[in-house]
Amino acid sequence: MYIILSRDSTREISNFKLSEHVVTHSVQARVRSVLKSAGGLQVDVDGLADDADLYAAGLNSHATVNLMLALEDAFDIELPDRLLRRTTFSSVGAIAAALAEIGVKEEAA
Amino acid sequence: MSSGLAAARAVGADIAARHADDVDAKARFPKESFTALREKKLLGILVPRSEGGAGADLAEVVSICHALGQACASTAMIYAMHQIQVACIVRHAAKNAWHRAFLQRLANEQLLLASATSEAGVGGDVRTSICAVEKKGGRFSLHKQATVISYGADAQGILVTARRTPQSPASDQVIVVLPTESYRLERTQGWDTLGMRGTCSDGYHVKAEGDPAQIIPLPYADVSAQTMLPTSHLVWSAVWLGIASDAVNRARAFLRIEARRKPDVRPAGTARLAEATSLLHLMKSNVVASLRHYEAAMQSEDKLASPHFAVAMNNLKVGSSRLVVQIVGEAMLAAGLAGYRNDSAHSLGRHLRDAHSAALMVNNDRILGNTAGLLLALRDEPELLG
Repeated sequence: MYIILSRDSTREISNFKLSEHVVTHSVQARVRSVLKSAGGLQVDVDGLADDADLYAAGLNSHATVNLMLALEDAFDIELPDRLLRRTTFSSVGAIAAALAEIGVKEEAA
Repeated sequence: MSSGLAAARAVGADIAARHADDVDAKARFPKESFTALREKKLLGILVPRSEGGAGADLAEVVSICHALGQACASTAMIYAMHQIQVACIVRHAAKNAWHRAFLQRLANEQLLLASATSEAGVGGDVRTSICAVEKKGGRFSLHKQATVISYGADAQGILVTARRTPQSPASDQVIVVLPTESYRLERTQGWDTLGMRGTCSDGYHVKAEGDPAQIIPLPYADVSAQTMLPTSHLVWSAVWLGIASDAVNRARAFLRIEARRKPDVRPAGTARLAEATSLLHLMKSNVVASLRHYEAAMQSEDKLASPHFAVAMNNLKVGSSRLVVQIVGEAMLAAGLAGYRNDSAHSLGRHLRDAHSAALMVNNDRILGNTAGLLLALRDEPELLG
C-alpha cells in the first residue's frame, strides 16, 4: 500500500510523515512474523491489534525469552538489559517502540 | 529492637519452642503459637496504620520469621506464608475499597491468611492455572483442585490464583482474595511428611463465590514478580536461617558441657562448630543483602522489573535452602550422638527434617530452570556495589 502511495502523485504531500509511517508499519509487520514463529501463542497473530495484550493472548515467560532471541536474530540487534522488561514485550506496538528506541528502521526497499 | 520483634521473640521462646516437639510429633497446627501471635497483634503488623495495623516494614517481618524459626519452624513458616499474602494485598490492592476494608478487618480480627497457588494437573508450575474465575450476574464463582493449602483448615481467608476468565490462556492469571465466608473446603489429601509437619499442608477442593471486587486487578504475573516471589524467598530464607541458627546453638550448648567436663581437652566437635558458624554467616549475609536489594528495588519500578532482580531473588532461595541443610549437618557432626538422638536436649532431628523441605517448596530445579531462561536473555553483570 505504501509502495503504491509513494509512486503516485501524492508523493509531495508529506514525504517526511509518510516515510515515518512506513517505518513503523513495516517493523510491526516483521515483529508479527517473528511472533508467529517464536511467541508460542495459540491465537492468530494477524487477528491481534497492535496494542493487544500479548500476555492475555498466552505469551508466557519462557516464550518471552525465545521471542527476544528471535527478535535479535531477525533484526540483527542486541536488546540491552534495560529493555528486558515485561512491558517491552506486552504488545506488537510495544515491541516496535522498543526496537525504534534502539534505532531499528525500515529495511531498505 | 522493634517492639514487634521483641514480642515475637517472647512468643517464640515462651510458647512456640515449648510446643514445637508436640506439634511435630502429632503433625498438628501450632495453635498455642498463633493464639499468642494474635494477642500480640503480630498477624496484622504489615497492615498500614491508616487501616488499623502497625505499618511494619518487610525488614521487621523478616526478623520475626528468623526469631520464630529458632523456636518452631512450622510456626515460623505459617507466619511467613501468611505475611506473603498480606504483603500482596497491601502493595497491590490497598487502594481498592473492598481490599482496604478487608485489611481493616484483618488487622482488627487478626485473620490468618493461607494461599492456594498449586493446582492438580499443572505439574507444579504455579504460574499456570487450569481453574478460572467465572462471572455471572454481578458475582463470580471459582472451583480449584488445590494440591496443597498449608494450614487451610485453620485460616480465616485464602488467596487463590486462577485464570482471569474461562477463555484466558493458562498463564493469564489473577489472584482472588477469599474471606472465610466466601469459600468451602473439601479435604482431598492429608499431610504426613518428613518435616514441616505443623504446617498441615493438606490438599483441598476449593469452592468459592463472591464479589468481583475481591479480585486483585493487577495480573498475577506482576504481583508475583514484584511482591509474592521476592517476599516469599526472603521470609522463607529467614525461617531457614532461624532453623540453622538454633541447630548451631544446640551444638554449641552440647560442646560447652563437654568443655566443662574435660577442661584440658578441646572437644572434638569444635572444628565443626566453626565450620557451621562460617556457613551460617554466609547464609545470613545473603539474606540481609537480598533484603537490602529488595528494599532498594521497591523504590524503583525499573529495578523491580529487571531480570537481574529476579535472578538475585531466585538465587537467594536456592542458596539458603541448600545452606540450611548443610549447616544442620555440620551442627550434627559437632554435637555427635547427642544431636542424632531424638530424646536428648541437643537433638537436631526435627531441624534436619524441617530443613529438607526447603529445596522442595517450589522445587529448586524449577527455580534454577526459570533462572536459566533469564540468563539466556541477560548480558551485563551489574556493578559490585550497584
